[in-house]
Amino acid sequence: MTAENFLDGNVAGGPLQAFFSVDITAAIGECDHCGQTGRIAETRVYLQAPGVVVRCRGCEGVLLRVVEGPGRAWLDMRGLRTLQVSTG
Amino acid sequence: MGIVSPGFGGRRRSAPDLPPGQYLVEDFPVLTAGPTPRVDPADWRFTVTTEAGTVHEWDWAAFRALPTETPTVDLHCVTRWSKLATSWAGVSLDTLLEDVETSADYAYVQAYGGYTTNLPLEDLLDGQAWVAFRYDGEDLPAEHGGPARLLVPHLYLWKSAKWVRGITLTSQDEPGFWETAGYHSYGDPWREQRYWDS
Amino acid sequence: MSWRVGTVTALRDETPTARTLVLDVEGWPGHSAGQHVDVRLTAEDGYSATRSYSIASAPDGARVEITVERIDDGEVSPYLTRVVAVGQRLELRGPVGGWFVWRPAQDEPVQLVAGGSGVVPLMAIVRSHAQAAAGAPLRLLYAVRDPAAVLYREELRGRERDGLAVAFAYSRVAPEGSGRPPGRVDAALLAEVAFPPDTAPTAYVCGPTGFVETVADLLVTAGHEPRRVRTERFGPTGGRP
Repeated sequence: MTAENFLDGNVAGGPLQAFFSVDITAAIGECDHCGQTGRIAETRVYLQAPGVVVRCRGCEGVLLRVVEGPGRAWLDMRGLRTLQVSTG
Repeated sequence: MGIVSPGFGGRRRSAPDLPPGQYLVEDFPVLTAGPTPRVDPADWRFTVTTEAGTVHEWDWAAFRALPTETPTVDLHCVTRWSKLATSWAGVSLDTLLEDVETSADYAYVQAYGGYTTNLPLEDLLDGQAWVAFRYDGEDLPAEHGGPARLLVPHLYLWKSAKWVRGITLTSQDEPGFWETAGYHSYGDPWREQRYWDS
Repeated sequence: MSWRVGTVTALRDETPTARTLVLDVEGWPGHSAGQHVDVRLTAEDGYSATRSYSIASAPDGARVEITVERIDDGEVSPYLTRVVAVGQRLELRGPVGGWFVWRPAQDEPVQLVAGGSGVVPLMAIVRSHAQAAAGAPLRLLYAVRDPAAVLYREELRGRERDGLAVAFAYSRVAPEGSGRPPGRVDAALLAEVAFPPDTAPTAYVCGPTGFVETVADLLVTAGHEPRRVRTERFGPTGGRP
């Protein structure tokens, strides 16, 4: 058990809807820091910050950063090597 | 602006002397972009690296042997809370940079845990910035950046990197953790420089 | 993806600290059990705050129910549980989530494990399962502080009578005749009431961070495949400051 204040990747789904046409929480991402793959829903999300920080469950490296301002939003995804979505 | 919810936000206190869009808090909110680093002062190092590659390093004992100042400053977080008249103890960046030979214009700040931020070097000088190790009379707790954090109160608080471990002096402005993701490169609360200009 | 507008059509107190908001959402595309919405409140001066809330209701056209547990020093939940009135319009984003989701086409056993108000999205699964008359075996283990804190008590009682397997784990005060002293969810309790690993259930675990960590670890230690344990943690504020 940890005292760290993170949530599951599900919670990043809302802010990420601005950028993707499919729900991205079920997508499988590959961490650019350690190479681990996993569902975005299973990452660790830190919300008590100026933006949304999505970190790898394996190495805690930063996968995604989302910042939402009035009328604008930004996504930095340099920590994510690839993203696999289901196309049905 | 979206639909206004009548009566929402009524507990927030505004004050005439706050930067635009800020409200007052009495507590000290803890913001974390990741796991809280636990740095033992015995292992702590603070470095200044110049554009020529020269490294100046302090361990905890050397750092604490430097002259201490006790600034009382206002804090302004980009998430819109401000906290007034906070009291700190720290070492002025004027002291830390005194013997550093540089013609760099920018500082790239690195922290334990991987956080980074950037600002013009001149904003660290002339009594505007400290590496703070005590808050409100107590050793700085880890959740607020202990054992030591940067304190640059005239800019939004994300510039005041918690768990600071070093500053690299550069001739080019290198955007940091939030500055690469939409937040303003400079971040003056009085000019409400929250986000990228365009 | 823009914000939708939901009109509050009814309010229902579930416990002294939890209230269900029934919303009619313009353009709602429908949802699946387990998904959530982000709710954004905006003050007169333009200040806004966003929080995520699980959907409690089964899919039902444009109708969406969320159940909000009040956090006394919170910023959004006191407003939603005390101030919001029927007829008021709120901004919502969603439905959100494609992984912590149960769909009626799933035929494997479903083990639900709730901690406190983590029961909300699991209730959506219970309701969706009943609505679809789904054949998948379903069990709910609901860890809760004391009997007064149980959400959806009457409805769960009715669903138990209809055959739903519900086990309560009271952490502080157990009701008379519960047959089990107050305590935390542990390996013995899971072995007694949860589907065993060899039935290959999908487990949905929702609750506060510490609870979810503990239960997910117990399930994996008991032999459940990690990929079949889906988790949804919620924090003290569950949203951005």
